Amino acid sequence: MEEKFAHPELRTPENLVYKRTDLLVDCPLSYCPGCGHGVAHRMLMEVLEEKEIASKTIGISPVGCSVLAYDFLNIDMLGAAHGRAPALATAIKRLWPSRYVFTYQGDGDLAAIGTAETIHACNRGENFTIIFINNGIYGMTGGQMAPTTLPGMRSSTSPYGRDTDIMGYPLKITELIAQLPGTYYVTRQSVHTPAAVRKTKKALRKAFDCQDLGKGISFVEIVSNCNSGWKMTPVQSNKWMEENMFPYYPIGDIKVDGELIEKLK
Amino acid sequence: MAKIKGDIVVNIERCKGCEVCIAACPFMCIAMSEEVNSKGYLFAIKVNDDCTGCSNCALVCPDGVITVYRAKVTVE
Amino acid sequence: MGELRLMKGNEAIAEAAIRAGCDGYFGYPITPQSEVLEYLMAEKPYETTGMVVLQAESEVAAINMLYGGAGTGKMVMTSSSSPGISLMQEGISYMAGTQLPALLVNIVRGGPGLGTIQPSQADYFQSVKGGGHGDYHIIVYAPASVQEMADFVKLGFDAAFKYRTPVMILSDGAIGQMMEKVYLDDPIPRRGDEEVITQCPWASTGRPMTREHNILTSLDLDPAGQERLNLRLQEKYREIEEKEVKFEMLDCEDAEYLLVAFGLSARICQKAMQLARDKGIKVGLFRPITLFPFPKKEIRKIGEKVKGMLVVEMNAGQMIEDVQLSVGCNIPIEHYGRFGGIIPTPDEVVRVLEEKIIGG
Ligand SMILES: Cc1ncc(C[n+]2csc(CCOP(=O)(O)OP(=O)(O)O)c2C)c(N)n1
Ligand code: SF4
Ligand SMILES: [Mg+2]
Repeated sequence: MEEKFAHPELRTPENLVYKRTDLLVDCPLSYCPGCGHGVAHRMLMEVLEEKEIASKTIGISPVGCSVLAYDFLNIDMLGAAHGRAPALATAIKRLWPSRYVFTYQGDGDLAAIGTAETIHACNRGENFTIIFINNGIYGMTGGQMAPTTLPGMRSSTSPYGRDTDIMGYPLKITELIAQLPGTYYVTRQSVHTPAAVRKTKKALRKAFDCQDLGKGISFVEIVSNCNSGWKMTPVQSNKWMEENMFPYYPIGDIKVDGELIEKLK
Repeated sequence: MAKIKGDIVVNIERCKGCEVCIAACPFMCIAMSEEVNSKGYLFAIKVNDDCTGCSNCALVCPDGVITVYRAKVTVE
Repeated sequence: MGELRLMKGNEAIAEAAIRAGCDGYFGYPITPQSEVLEYLMAEKPYETTGMVVLQAESEVAAINMLYGGAGTGKMVMTSSSSPGISLMQEGISYMAGTQLPALLVNIVRGGPGLGTIQPSQADYFQSVKGGGHGDYHIIVYAPASVQEMADFVKLGFDAAFKYRTPVMILSDGAIGQMMEKVYLDDPIPRRGDEEVITQCPWASTGRPMTREHNILTSLDLDPAGQERLNLRLQEKYREIEEKEVKFEMLDCEDAEYLLVAFGLSARICQKAMQLARDKGIKVGLFRPITLFPFPKKEIRKIGEKVKGMLVVEMNAGQMIEDVQLSVGCNIPIEHYGRFGGIIPTPDEVVRVLEEKIIGG
């Protein structure tokens, strides 16, 4: 196909300003079109690349849509059982203190079945990074209600909307673990706009820098879309996320350098 | 006069046509193709010459299919 | 040179682990095995050998800590008792599927449910038939003394790494709690990180850019791939059955009758054998030391010589199924079991032998 507005003369190595990092395996990602998981993967790998720590990093993927993250991230990985990634990471970091260790988990994985592992790893002040993709739904299994599903939000197991009288309230696990003395850096970001993506990358960078300090868990929540589960187009889902998810899950730092941000005290 | 000029290269076969890049481009440089790739997805194409190489599209692209170039060029 | 000490079975396991160069212990308290973690915490091997010791928030966490540690090639272990081991089953299945080496210790108590804290052998099925989901086995050693509790730690780790599989020491509350003299080997230094990386090229230790990235998972969405993994596992289990069988035979040369028992029951049967021989009954004892692999051939061979067998277990009849499958039905094979933490007495065993096998 002829590219009408192409400028091949500009496509030289000196002019290159952005390309997909080689730390992502050169293969298609298994995610739905428009899903935030892919951007989160890319920012994570960019941080490892810039910090030059890929060969010293061990990653743990969850059970959820990102179960295959180990196929996409070109570093040594382990696939955990559903919810148990922080237990794996605990042992790995203690057995290999010279390595950078992270878990990558969805909201069902981290805040439902794995709640105990999450809270106790945070409370012990383990020295690894948790990357938490909160899309308010169980993406992988077909859109069931998650612990983070909003009040009134429809899912395949809350087809009339989440009724908090019957189904309880969305769990703000990030605010919860921020209260624990074992967490050192806790933040909530998103990856739906260029500015948000840049901030997420900064947060991830800071999270891995925290591992150099050895002062406890660094925790990066990324509020993300699940357009398939939400039954919207990707662009609609990003807008819906801003309007509905952000009021309940406000974006920004929650705890920095071991200190809670004022408004949460 | 010197001007910043950008160009993007879309990995058409990897593009899933999610359109997130369209919303991210400040100069409305991107639209969807009329034909589909071998997976059956419409894909992103550049539709004007206003690209500055700001990389916004590439940043938000979930599949990392966009490569961005940018140069200072002289125009009369 | 080594060292002779008087120790509890549980303590012997802990001390043997330190001396075997174990890299990490992860466990959750439960009677009758809490001494393992208590001993390690008191000994503080993290200050001497560098071994990590961590009290986990649950057995679920503990087994997944093992899964993580094992996936990086480190020598890791846990210990628990029946209800805790039940909680670990998902993780054990994952480790079997991912082919990871680790040592598990089950100091069995009576069940089902919360059961009792008294000794039992009711977890035989769970241990040797898989326990968790999917087609897998783990190697199971059944010690009958404090000495074997210590010895099987090193033996277990060696087998775990040789076959890349979880290995279990299946003992019970009585052997865990009893004190006996035990000869302990000299400590072996822990392997350094570089040594681990060389020994375990499959492990996720951080990818040098000179090799592909290592991925440890039991998932394969392609049915053909998943079948290949299963066939590989089965091949491994056949090799283990070929090479790793361990058993002990006492007074079997002239035996007309045979007692078959493992672990604590075998100790009781030893006394029962003496009592029976005093009465002129020619009885021998066959003690499987590995429960998986089960000494099928060996017991079949002896089954051709004796007139009957009594399988003595502290359960309702579990190992007897493997004995029957191995020996066939040409001779009477009966079971005698006590439950709920009650230990059969040698007199009872002789009486049942006389009633069910000799008289029967
Ligand atoms: C023990 C166990 N229970 C249930 C499942 C089924 N399961 C797989 S993924 C998943 C939910 C994943 O949701 P989330 O963690 O939010 O990740 P997402 O797919 O949304 O990214 C469930 C329930 C499982 N694999 N294992
Ligand atoms: S189901 Fe949802 S979370 Fe999973 S890949 Fe699709 S959009 Fe992403
Ligand atoms: Mg989710």
